[in-house]
Amino acid sequence: MNALVLKKGASRKSAYDLKNPLGDEVETHTLTVIVDNEAGVLARVIGLFSGRGYNIDSLTVAETDHHGHLSRITIVTTGTPAVIVQIKAQLDRMIPIHSVNDLTVEGPSVERELAMLKVTGEGEKRVEAMRLADIFRANVVDTTLSSFVFEITGTSEKIDAFVELMRPLGLTELARTGVAALARGR
Amino acid sequence: MTRQMTGAQIVVQALKDQGVEIIFGYPGGAILPIYDEIFKQNKIRHIIVRHEQAATHAAEGYARSTGKPGVVLVTSGPGATNAVTGMTDALMDSIPMIVLTGQVPTFMIGNDAFQEADTIGITRPCTKHNWLVKDTNILAETIHQAFHVATTGRPGPVLVDIPKDVQFAMGNYTTIQKTKVSHYQPRVKGDIDAITKAVEMLEKAERPIIYSGGGVINSGVGASQLLRELADATGAPITSTLMGLGAYPASGENWLGMLGMHGTYEANMAMHDCDFMLCVGARFDDRITGRTDAFSPNSYKVHIDIDPSSINKIIRVDTPIIGDIGHVLEDILKVWKSRGRKTNAAGIAKWQAQISEWKAVDCLKYKNSDTIIKPQYALQRLEALTKDHDRYITTEVGQHQMWAAQYLTFEEPHRFMTSGGLGTMGYGTPASMGVQIAHPDALVINVAGEASWLMNMQEMGTAIQFNLPTKQFILNNERLGMVRQWQELLHGSRYSQSWSESLPDFVKLADAFGAKGIRCSDPADLDDAIMEMLDYDGPVIFDCVVEKHENCYPMIPSGAAHNEMLMGDAKTENAITGKGAALV
Ligand SMILES: Cc1ncc(C[n+]2csc(CCOP(=O)(O)OP(=O)(O)O)c2C)c(N)n1
Ligand SMILES: [Mg+2]
Repeated sequence: MNALVLKKGASRKSAYDLKNPLGDEVETHTLTVIVDNEAGVLARVIGLFSGRGYNIDSLTVAETDHHGHLSRITIVTTGTPAVIVQIKAQLDRMIPIHSVNDLTVEGPSVERELAMLKVTGEGEKRVEAMRLADIFRANVVDTTLSSFVFEITGTSEKIDAFVELMRPLGLTELARTGVAALARGR
Repeated sequence: MTRQMTGAQIVVQALKDQGVEIIFGYPGGAILPIYDEIFKQNKIRHIIVRHEQAATHAAEGYARSTGKPGVVLVTSGPGATNAVTGMTDALMDSIPMIVLTGQVPTFMIGNDAFQEADTIGITRPCTKHNWLVKDTNILAETIHQAFHVATTGRPGPVLVDIPKDVQFAMGNYTTIQKTKVSHYQPRVKGDIDAITKAVEMLEKAERPIIYSGGGVINSGVGASQLLRELADATGAPITSTLMGLGAYPASGENWLGMLGMHGTYEANMAMHDCDFMLCVGARFDDRITGRTDAFSPNSYKVHIDIDPSSINKIIRVDTPIIGDIGHVLEDILKVWKSRGRKTNAAGIAKWQAQISEWKAVDCLKYKNSDTIIKPQYALQRLEALTKDHDRYITTEVGQHQMWAAQYLTFEEPHRFMTSGGLGTMGYGTPASMGVQIAHPDALVINVAGEASWLMNMQEMGTAIQFNLPTKQFILNNERLGMVRQWQELLHGSRYSQSWSESLPDFVKLADAFGAKGIRCSDPADLDDAIMEMLDYDGPVIFDCVVEKHENCYPMIPSGAAHNEMLMGDAKTENAITGKGAALV
C-alpha cells in the first residue's frame, strides 16, 4: 500500500499515483474536507494554509449534516505534487477533520460555482448583455431600467468566461461563491 | 446516575480520574474557583512556579522524564500568553501536555474585559488542538478528550480554556468510560508489505545505518528495547538526533554518537555514505540534513513515523511506514527473524571497518588547558563523576547544549531533556524542576549557559520551596556563545550584542535564594568542586567559569553537506586574535 494514502475513508490514490511525484510543475487540486462543525474550525484550516504557506484559490464551507454536526469544506489549491500531498497529510491530522478527499485524483467529479454579476448600462450594451446571458443560461434575478443582476452557475471556467464577456458591457459588481464539488457515482 | 458538580469540581475530578498527581501552575482571577478546589483536596499536588512559562517547561521535563503527560494550570490573559512559549516548545518536540487556562466569563468574552485574551486564537497554531468550553456539562468530556489527543498519535500540547462562569456553574460529570470515543484514532500498526520491503532491503544492505529520533522515546521503553535488539542483531551502526539520545545506549557497540549540525564525524559521514537508511521516529529536521540536495545521496530510505505528514516533507523516502515505532519495530524484527535473520555480513564488516577509520579521527578532541577550564573538559569531568548516579540531564540552549549532547552519555531513554525543535533558552531550569519532582531521589543536573540560565532563574525560588536539589551547572563563558560562534563564522567576527554584561554574582545569588553557590575557575579545582556540588543535599548553582571563545565542533555550517564538516583542529585555539578579543 502506498503509505501516502490518507486514512479515515479517503481514497487509496494520491497525487503520486498519477503524476511525476518529483515534478515541480504546479497542479490545481480540489479537496473536500469533512469537519466537525465546531467554533473556529474554519480558522484552523485557514491558519494551516497561511501558516505553512499553501495557496487557497477558492474555499467554501457550510454545514452539510446538521444531525452529525458536520460541515463540508471544499478547497481548491495549487502546488507541486509534493506540496499537495503535504497539504492533505497536514489537514488529515487535524483533530476535528474526519476525512480529506482529493477529487482531482480520485476519479471523476463534478464542480460547480455560483456567481452574481451586476451589469449596468443602456441601449445596445444592455441588449447584448441580455443576449449573452441567455447563451450562458444565466438568470436575471434583479432588474432596473439601467441594470441587471445575473445569476450564473457552472464550472469556474464557464463563470470566468462569462465575467470576461460582461466586463466591457458594464460589469460593476461581482460576487462568487467559490467551488462546491462532489465525486460522481456512488 | 450522573453526578452534579461545579465546573471547578469537575476539573479536579477529571484530573484525578486521569491519574494526574502533579500540576504545575500559577493562579489568577479567572482560575480562582479551580484553585479553591485544589485547596480542598490532597490527592493532586500543585507546584507553584514563579512564571507561567516555567510551568510549561517544568511540565515538559516531568513528561519527558516519565512518559506521562504534564499538566499546567494558569489564569487568563497574561497567564495564558506566558504559557505560549512552552506550548510551542512541546509542539515542536512532541511532548504530551495539557494546559488548562481560566478565561473571563462567557458573557464578557469579546468585550476586552480585564485579563481577556483570545487564548484559543493565540494558541491554535501552538497546540495540537484546543477547546473553549462554554457549557459546564461538556467540561469533563472535553478534558478527557484533551488527554486522549495529547497522548495518542504524535504526542503534543493541548489547551482547554474555561471561562470563570463555567467553573462556578453546576453540571454533569462524565467519566472517562462514558466519554464518547473520539474519531481521532491514529493507526499504530505499520503496513506489512512496507515492513517486508524494508526488511528485504535491510538484508541486502552493505552499508546500513539506523537514524533514530525522539519518536522512539515517545513510543515507550519497549520501543527502545526493540531498537537495541534490531541494531545489535543486524550489526547496523546507529546514530540519533538530539531528541533521541538514550534510546540506544552510548556504550553500545553500534553507537555512532549524535548526528547533524554538531554531530560526530563518524555519524555524519556514515549518513552520507550509507546505502540503506532506516529512519526511526525522526523527521529530517534541517539541523540533521544539512543541505538537502546533498543528503545521503546513494541510500535506500525507509522512514517509520506515526505522523503521515512527516513523510516526504523534507526528504523523499523510498519506503514510508506509518505507525507507532514500538509496533513497527516489533513487526520488522518478527519478519526479519522469520526470513532467517539474514544480513550482508561481508558488506557490513567492511562498513564497520570504514566506520572505525572515521572514529579514529576523534572528532571530539579539543585542546585542553591547565589554566582555563575548557567547557568540554568541564563536561567530561561532570560525566566521569556522575555517570554512575541515577542521573537526569536537562539543558538550556546554546553551545553548552551541544557539548552536553557530545560529551555526556546516555544509557537509557527519558534521561535527557532539552529543547530541540524550538531551541528555547530558559527551558532547562524549570525543566530540571519538573524532572526532580518526578524523580525526587535522582541526581538532576541542568547543564546551562549563563545567558540562558538568566531567562528563568526565578525558578530557584520554586526549587527552594519544594526542596528540589537540582544542580544548576552553568558553563559561564560570559558570552552568548552560540551566537558569538556564528558571528565569528558568518559576520566577520563582529560580535553584535553577544556577550553577557553585568552578570550577577552567581554564588551570592544562590545565597540570596537560600541555595548553595559554588564557583570554579581553575581546572585543578574542578573535580573537588563538582564533588562538593554532588555532596550537597539541596539545590546548587555552580558557576563554572570557562574559556570565553571556545567554538563548538564538529560543525556542518548551514548550507553544507554531511561530508563538509568543519573540524575542531586549528580552529578553536586563537580563532579570535588579541585584537578581536579586545573588541568583545
Ligand atoms: C529565547 C531565545 N532567545 C534567543 C535565542 C538565540 N540563541 C541561541 S543560543 C544563544 C546564546 C546562548 O547563550 P548561553 O546560554 O550563555 O549559552 P552558550 O552558547 O554560551 O553556551 C542565543 C541568544 C534562543 N535560542 N532562545
Ligand atoms: Mg554563555
